Amino acid sequence: MLHRSKGKALREALIEWLIRICGISAVIFVFAIFFFVFWEGKGLIFNNKVNINTASIEAITKVEGIDESLASKIVSTRSEIKLEKRLTTEWLLKEDLLDEDTFVLIEPFIKAKEFSFWKFLTTQEWYPASESNPRYGVFALIAGTFSVTLLSMLISVPFGLGSALFISEFCSPKLKETLKIIIELLAAIPSVVWGFIGLTIMNQLIMSIFGAQIGINVLNGAIILALMSVPIIVSIGEDALQAVPDSYREAAIGLGVTRWQMVYKVLIPAAKNGLLAAVLLGIGRAIGETMAVLMATGHAVNNPFDGDFPFLHALESVKTLTATIAAELGETARGSDHYQVLFIVGILLFSITFLVNLTADLVVKGIKNK
Amino acid sequence: MSAENPYAITTKNLDLWYGEFQALEKVSLNIKDGIITGLIGPSGCGKTTFLRCLNRVNERYGNVRTEGTINLLGKNIYDPDVSLIELRKSVGMVFQRPNPLPISVYDNIVFGLRVHSPRSELKRSILDDAVEQSLREVMLWDDLKDNLKEKATDLQLEQQQKLCIARLLPLKPEIILMDEPCSALDVGATTAVEELMLTLAGKYTIVIVTHNMAQARRISHECIFMLLGEIVEHDRTEKIFLNPTNQKTSDYIEGRYG
Ligand SMILES: Nc1ncnc2c1ncn2[C@@H]1O[C@H](COP(=O)(O)OP(=O)(O)OP(=O)(O)O)[C@@H](O)[C@H]1O
Ligand SMILES: [Mg+2]
Repeated sequence: MLHRSKGKALREALIEWLIRICGISAVIFVFAIFFFVFWEGKGLIFNNKVNINTASIEAITKVEGIDESLASKIVSTRSEIKLEKRLTTEWLLKEDLLDEDTFVLIEPFIKAKEFSFWKFLTTQEWYPASESNPRYGVFALIAGTFSVTLLSMLISVPFGLGSALFISEFCSPKLKETLKIIIELLAAIPSVVWGFIGLTIMNQLIMSIFGAQIGINVLNGAIILALMSVPIIVSIGEDALQAVPDSYREAAIGLGVTRWQMVYKVLIPAAKNGLLAAVLLGIGRAIGETMAVLMATGHAVNNPFDGDFPFLHALESVKTLTATIAAELGETARGSDHYQVLFIVGILLFSITFLVNLTADLVVKGIKNK
Repeated sequence: MSAENPYAITTKNLDLWYGEFQALEKVSLNIKDGIITGLIGPSGCGKTTFLRCLNRVNERYGNVRTEGTINLLGKNIYDPDVSLIELRKSVGMVFQRPNPLPISVYDNIVFGLRVHSPRSELKRSILDDAVEQSLREVMLWDDLKDNLKEKATDLQLEQQQKLCIARLLPLKPEIILMDEPCSALDVGATTAVEELMLTLAGKYTIVIVTHNMAQARRISHECIFMLLGEIVEHDRTEKIFLNPTNQKTSDYIEGRYG
């Protein structure tokens, strides 16, 4: 009786391992993705290509296929042509220094200019496809992402937290169930559909209400994003409010608070961690969203912020980091500079969301410890 | 008030339904001013329900319907012009489990003042005085005077429950309702809270629900015995315990059911 059949024991062990693998896989996937994105983008940051515009003859000869005489010819020709014509490596072809075949062969080992991460972050010129002078400045793209996210949060946080409060505290149980179902339906709408709504309905509305020339702009994207993040904020915020012990409510009611005093003196302080988590997850959703903003923001590289009131010009079109990757990655040759830059943009996005989450964690922990 | 009207609470034909279920039936009572009245009866007989009528917190649940009158502080609290906020200010409530808010001891005590007083009356010195006075009244001042910033939910249960009583006092309530205030406390804490109640009697009218016969006997001046939503007997405590009029009362007190 005390004996267990081998088959059963084996099955249990197998199941146990399966569960373990499922658990670990999340960690593995995260690292694998991070590694992949970094690997694809690393070429630009750490490349050891020879800079054809600054390298010495000696350095140039190190490139396979270029001999000493060719190298010295390159260096002497180089000093005669203007810098503007040497923005890409194409001038080697144009000056008949190389033939097409050798050029294709050695192209992966040479570059025309340094990639400066600082310049990448701080300049606004995003001309990745330019033949003569590609420039990769993502500042406007960051501004695009930031503007849409900011405006969408301005809309969705008050609405989301307000509805969470209403659903959790103020409405009848019957209405509560209905509203929760509707909110869930809202969350289930795919983002292309949202993008489609932005492109058609919102576009028309914004043009007729604000008299804007184009209706696909920051405001459009922000409204669409707000509609997408409200369900997250509502459901997580509502959970946070539900988690406030009823005894707190009874204590406050017993002391004669009004409904509004209950909200801001008891519920919000007691649920602040959860409410903050709700807001930050909403932000995360907004920053990471791609399809809808791609369709709704107009897709024009543009920094909508400036020093003039109201500082954020919501009726201008922008392009976001996510939309840039989505739209451009398919058109680039694998391994090209443009391709690699897009991966660096990916790393940037990664870092931003990581930072948001980290701050969320730290803030929540800080509140807990207090 | 006590000169012309010896009763703090007078109910007449109070009926209460939770949906279809009638939890109180024709409850008519006169509860005397300035004494401790115990409310006893088996589980589910409606003690909590009755107590929660007296400050109308019952109405939190959507399915509650009430008929009859409760006269309290010279007014029928079911009159349409009664302000629930003012009512609850004068009728404080202590719950079964100590439920201080998750804020500091100090903030818990001044919570009521902050809610009810205009901003101009919320001077630091007034609040400080209120805190000291309330804590002294519940005999917590010496224990907590150096820890006023401590989170109230981190205190011992006994201190929490006393704090829950203390936070009612700055609002100068006339009546304090207590729903099994000692059921979550150990013996020592129970004794301490009971002593506190005895010191508060006279100054406040206290209505206390208890499952503990011995406690009812120790601390109440009058006792009400309830059964299935109805009042069976209401008399001086000694009378109820030593010489009850109703057979059901004596059966309950002798532990034949409950
Ligand atoms: N919110 C409610 N909805 C429906 N029925 C309720 C509700 N609260 C109480 N009841 C019912 O009303 C009756 C009286 O309940 P109440 O809580 O007043 O009893 P009690 O005397 O306080 O009992 P206990 O000694 O267990 O605390 C019970 O039958 C209970 O099931
Ligand atoms: Mg009860």
